[in-house]
Amino acid sequence: MPQVMRSSPVHDVVVIGSGAGGGTVTKVLADLGVSVLLMEAGPMFNPAKDIKEHMWPYQVPHRGVGPHGEGYFGRSPFTFSASFGGSQLDGEPYAVAPGSEFSWFRSRILGGRTNHYGRFSLRFADYDFKPHSRDGLGWDWPISYEDISPYYDKAETFIGVVGTKEGIRSAPDGIFQPPAAPKVHDILTKKACDKLGIPCIPMRSAIITRPTNGRAPCHYCGQCGRACMTASNYASSYVQIFPAMKTGRVKVITNAMARELLTDGGGKVNAVSYVDKNTRSEQQVRCRTVVLAASACESARLLLNSKSPRHSAGLANSSGVVGRYLTDTVGTGLSGHIPALEGLPHYNSDGYGIHMYVPWWLWEKQKDIGFPRGYHIELGGGFGMPAIGSFQSTCQRHEGYGLALKKTIREEYGTGVGFSGRGEMIPNEKSYCEIDAQTVDRWGIPVLRFHWEWSEHELKQAEHQVRTFAEIIHAMGGTVTGGRRGGSEAAGTSGRQVISRSGAIVHEVGAVRMGDDPKTSVLNRYCQAHDVKNLFVADGGPFVSNPDKNPTLTIIALAWRTAEYLAEEMRKGNV
Amino acid sequence: MSDYSRRDLLRNVALAVVSTEAINAQDGRHVHEMAAAHGTAKSGSYQPKALTAHQYATLERLTDLIIPPEGKSPGAAAAGAAAWIDMLSSENERLADIYTGGLTWLDHAMQARSERNFVDASPAEQTALLDLIAYRKNDSPDLGPGIRFFDWARRMTVDAFYTSKIGIEDLDYRGNTAMAKYEVPVEAIQYALRRSG
Repeated sequence: MPQVMRSSPVHDVVVIGSGAGGGTVTKVLADLGVSVLLMEAGPMFNPAKDIKEHMWPYQVPHRGVGPHGEGYFGRSPFTFSASFGGSQLDGEPYAVAPGSEFSWFRSRILGGRTNHYGRFSLRFADYDFKPHSRDGLGWDWPISYEDISPYYDKAETFIGVVGTKEGIRSAPDGIFQPPAAPKVHDILTKKACDKLGIPCIPMRSAIITRPTNGRAPCHYCGQCGRACMTASNYASSYVQIFPAMKTGRVKVITNAMARELLTDGGGKVNAVSYVDKNTRSEQQVRCRTVVLAASACESARLLLNSKSPRHSAGLANSSGVVGRYLTDTVGTGLSGHIPALEGLPHYNSDGYGIHMYVPWWLWEKQKDIGFPRGYHIELGGGFGMPAIGSFQSTCQRHEGYGLALKKTIREEYGTGVGFSGRGEMIPNEKSYCEIDAQTVDRWGIPVLRFHWEWSEHELKQAEHQVRTFAEIIHAMGGTVTGGRRGGSEAAGTSGRQVISRSGAIVHEVGAVRMGDDPKTSVLNRYCQAHDVKNLFVADGGPFVSNPDKNPTLTIIALAWRTAEYLAEEMRKGNV
Repeated sequence: MSDYSRRDLLRNVALAVVSTEAINAQDGRHVHEMAAAHGTAKSGSYQPKALTAHQYATLERLTDLIIPPEGKSPGAAAAGAAAWIDMLSSENERLADIYTGGLTWLDHAMQARSERNFVDASPAEQTALLDLIAYRKNDSPDLGPGIRFFDWARRMTVDAFYTSKIGIEDLDYRGNTAMAKYEVPVEAIQYALRRSG
């Protein structure tokens, strides 16, 4: 084990990872007067070259299919976005146990995945924090909606979220800015949903439509995935970290791949060992406290790799729970062709992507529908900017070529709708990550091995999702044109045929869960390690469950609460 | 979008950037320059990198049969589809194999029918062959390789055409611009509601 260098300065707080959690902790601590050293495994986010907004596909040599046409061979073409990563990173592999599937999307850049993510910002419902009390499955959170609600308020007020007050229990109202108008396909979808008794309301998204903290309102180009020149959507890089750096209390180290947390004789963390990717050399920073915000799985990996005689199973892991109870979202997709949209006068439908969604509506009828927990539905459609693959479904359905094909494409443009289901997975014993002792990455750090199993709960839910989408499409007078599983057509309608590949929805949370019992959880109710008082986790790792809400808003709210608690404990001299 | 309105957009965006503290003012300008530097693919002057001159001429003809010109609307050849496919093939051996193999198959198949290479055959002979390989229902040991190749060529030609300036204009896409307020035309809403029953 490396020796801690005594001569280097001791930082009050070292934050590892700069996404939603790390960005929030950095901003909140800096505002409270606390100095922060922020470590990021990738480079600095450079708005001048990293924002791809307002470019046309023909201005990128590969048009968005990715260098070397990799998008045609199963590798996701994310290179026309601000993702700076993907499920395969050169030199940073991971293992998947035989019989399991897992896709692990990582973004190596300041701001992480917040630079390109979907921006959906959905509060958990009150009952989402007590799932075991509700149906006897999974585990309850140690905190309740009342504990986190003030932090949802702070998060929404600061980052800016559009939405409307609806009074729906599964989708608690927040502090919203006015949303943009529904698009034409949204209006038709809502009309069909009204017939079916399904609610359809404006999406809550981390987009601003009013000037907010010096940020300009959205200009409705629909390209949020490419990051935003006017900072009109939330990304931790330009909304939190850049302003925090201006306080003078934040120092950022980029290209710093954390290897291990080092501890003193009392078992507290006193330094972080990392690889400086620029020089490929081993470096250390000393710290009084450390906040892991490297993403659920990277934080688990870091703890498991921080072994010492005192912590033989890894740091903060006396429970053996680090890496356990990993969940992703249950995802499905179905597309339809809507004759009512044929010949629709063309208009600019870009907006800010998805304007309407369906919150979960059957929470009082769980016993009747044959599966626990719920899902929400994201609505797609409109005259989007043509992209690689935009007309692949049209080509597959109509085949042929020539003027007939050209005419069909012109006529079908804008007549399609798409529905994406995003639902809750219940944590189980068979879905987890652990260290693969056989393999190290190019930095010499042992990698993760993933194990995965969907249960019948998720498979039944996935079937229900796809059935519901088909009902909506039929109620719109349309026909189903195809289901999607990953980048390809679904082979059928059974749960296993339609459910997303695990990890593919990129909502992997859990693995460093919180709880009141140190025997069954890693962190206490303030996301502080039971075993190590000066160690906190502020990403998706602390999640006890993964409801049918995209996790980012809750990561931000929880990180905000953790940062305030940490600052107060520091003030009291407790950490 | 015209050059004027694009400049206008980028100037507006740059102004918006100046008004924020989070991003510095050079960003909007840089994106403008980066976009200008890429330019658009020019057809005609392109020198193939992965394909031979003959294969390239065959591909160019094939793409123009898949998405042909019609009246004022240009076809895939004018949109530079073959150049784009050749460029990607020069970076990817699997794509290069698909195209060199597939284009050679086309020549062999045409030789068997009319003793000419595909590109030298008459338009009627060319479409007669495509009428066979453009549909999965015709799959057979004889036509299988051609059907699978045509699926690739159609997919990539469509991608190339509709991500080109020409193809985007052909679709009448109205977006990629800055709007002060997001509005949906009332006539579009009424049109769809009327038709939706």
